[in-house]
Amino acid sequence: MKEIKVGLATCGIAAGGMLVYDELKKEIKNNNIEVELKKTGCMGMCYREVLVEVKDDSDSYLYANVTPDKVKRIITEHIINNKPVKEWIIKSKSINKEDAFFKKQKQIVLRNCGIIDPSSVDDYILNNGYKAIQKCLNEYSKMEVIDIIIKSGLRGRGGGGFPTGLKWKFANQAAGDKKYIICNADEGDPGAFMDRSTIEGDPHSIIEGMMIAGYAIQADEAYIYVRAEYPLAIERLSIAIKQCEERGFLGKNIFNSNMDFKIRIKEGAGAFVCGEETALISSIEGKRGVPRIRPPFPANKGLWGKPTNINNVETYANIAWIIMNGPEAFSSMGTEKSKGTKVFALAGKIVRSGLTEVPMGITINEIIYDIGGGIKDGKKFKAVQMGGPSGGCIPASMSDLKIDYDEITKTGAIMGSGGLIVLDETTCMVDLAKFFLNFTQNESCGKCTFCRIGTKRMLEILERITAGAGKEGDIQLLEELSYKIKNSSLCGLGQTAPNPVLTTIKYFRDEYEAHIKEKRCPAHSCVSLLTYTIIEDKCIGCTLCAQKCPVNAISGKTKEPHKIKQDACIKCGLCYDSCKFDAIEKI
Amino acid sequence: MTELKKSDFEKKTIVDFKRDLINKRKQHGSLIPLLQSAQDSYGYIPEKAIYYISELVGIPSAEIYGVITFYSQFRLKPLGKHVIRICEGTACHVNGAKTILRALQNELGISIEETTDDGFFTLLSVACLGCCSISPVIMIDEKVYGKLTTNMIKKIIKEHKKT
Repeated sequence: MKEIKVGLATCGIAAGGMLVYDELKKEIKNNNIEVELKKTGCMGMCYREVLVEVKDDSDSYLYANVTPDKVKRIITEHIINNKPVKEWIIKSKSINKEDAFFKKQKQIVLRNCGIIDPSSVDDYILNNGYKAIQKCLNEYSKMEVIDIIIKSGLRGRGGGGFPTGLKWKFANQAAGDKKYIICNADEGDPGAFMDRSTIEGDPHSIIEGMMIAGYAIQADEAYIYVRAEYPLAIERLSIAIKQCEERGFLGKNIFNSNMDFKIRIKEGAGAFVCGEETALISSIEGKRGVPRIRPPFPANKGLWGKPTNINNVETYANIAWIIMNGPEAFSSMGTEKSKGTKVFALAGKIVRSGLTEVPMGITINEIIYDIGGGIKDGKKFKAVQMGGPSGGCIPASMSDLKIDYDEITKTGAIMGSGGLIVLDETTCMVDLAKFFLNFTQNESCGKCTFCRIGTKRMLEILERITAGAGKEGDIQLLEELSYKIKNSSLCGLGQTAPNPVLTTIKYFRDEYEAHIKEKRCPAHSCVSLLTYTIIEDKCIGCTLCAQKCPVNAISGKTKEPHKIKQDACIKCGLCYDSCKFDAIEKI
Repeated sequence: MTELKKSDFEKKTIVDFKRDLINKRKQHGSLIPLLQSAQDSYGYIPEKAIYYISELVGIPSAEIYGVITFYSQFRLKPLGKHVIRICEGTACHVNGAKTILRALQNELGISIEETTDDGFFTLLSVACLGCCSISPVIMIDEKVYGKLTTNMIKKIIKEHKKT
């Protein structure tokens, strides 16, 4: 029997996935055909949503950019008459089509995303689900499990890159009769959506990873801390937990072993700093999410003062695969010090944006050109931003860099959780640094003086530079403040907040100088430094811009070239966007 | 199969909040879930809810106020009928979120954190909605709109004005 799957993660739904799903349901009913219609998670190719996969006994066919009006043809030609609609298919073996997007990928974390129905525990079980935890319970001692994880070389995927096995070992050795497991799903980095997609596409793999961690450190209670901004992820996790409780996978004596394990979901309340482990713990305890000094580390003194192991979503999603396939299979991928794969959320000025999982050691170039298809609109590649507000910008000139925790740290950026934003020539680097500083300044919890006040002062300087009021010495002042903030902050937020500024100064100092000395924005992006003028030869006097201008700064007679009164212009750009003859110039 | 729509979740009522209050008052770390419950029931956190929680859980009201103001999710003022959240994430930022914001402001006549006079729309900003690949995006109530252009804003707002 044929199977039809519709990708219904947040992106898919936003692109109209539910409409396609409903239409499919209707057509199937109308034609009275026997076919299984399923909802699945993110297939990764967000730029081609809505994605629909048709599967028969021998092959699978992936349809891209499906709209409700395409449904009828797919049903009649492909499902009823067995003739796949070739021109709409982007991936299939039998008609020999493979999209370049998938070629260099290796999927471990995303192994089930877009394949199984995330709200069906049976689907997960059919795909080797909950075998790894049973294997651990029946065959391995706690230390053996920890050894496997240590051997695999898995490092924390939340950004820090601390060896996961070692973290478990500390928690295992910590004295105490009550221990906790926490999953950090507070994906707060703007520009990152790996964890959301993983939860939405395969919630059970995270639960299984947490169970194995629970077994290894002898914890019987766990929390998943999820951002409240991810309603669908929360819902799919709740369904998954409930199913596990019904099957006896969670609760007392799980899988008839003598292990007890229960999982609760805690919804975050919107604070970026809660991604820091000690702040997250305070937040679960119901307090303001303020970090505290370490040591003691959570492994010894965590939630309610008890030993706690805390890992990120992606880290847990790797665990079951490692147990089933062995540590060597995992460590055979990657570089010397960074093993396995990494999921990246590819976005920004790129042709094919989406979710991609690649082996460590791949170059930035390969990700951008081979997987991402290059820069949008034929523009010039300028830099990639990695690691969100804690990371930095790596210039195009360094894009043959291998993706590896340590190599990336050397550039001044960080691996971070995996947001990879591609920037082109129209992105102003000073403005981007200002954007991140504005974010960290808002999100600073206020505990450490340098982070609280220093980031504010840095933001003011950046605002002044982008407004055309930069002063000689501003760059040096930014650098000085940066080092002081890095050295005097307690947690990762403050220690890394200056990174976006430092890396942009390091690699794009000329842009800062152009803003300060020449009062010019090379990327034509800083509004205060722009001038809009009408090119007389091109203007045909259609009056559209004059009608759009909110401050009546454009004058001129019909069918005669118009003029912009510079002192009245508020630089809103509406005229520029509305002109159909490219007659307005932005300098 | 379980339907996957958050909108299917029942709206909480004030009775639900009070039930939560009684059930959860002795639980470890129940303050944030209780505040979330209050907000779901009233649409915001009214002063009286702070006093209810304070009395039953035994946390000073000043401390509760401290927690409310720390987290961006909590609001001390009621919201409009429809809540528009504009994403200010990195991908949206580089793909023109500012122009979208300007178009929204022009259309609604309000700034971020404000509610229109007719109580129809509240405009909020969020750090990231995690839909970077379809940026720039906005979320109205619980529906995400992606790949926006300034021209689309007018239409989307108009659609919501009818409901």
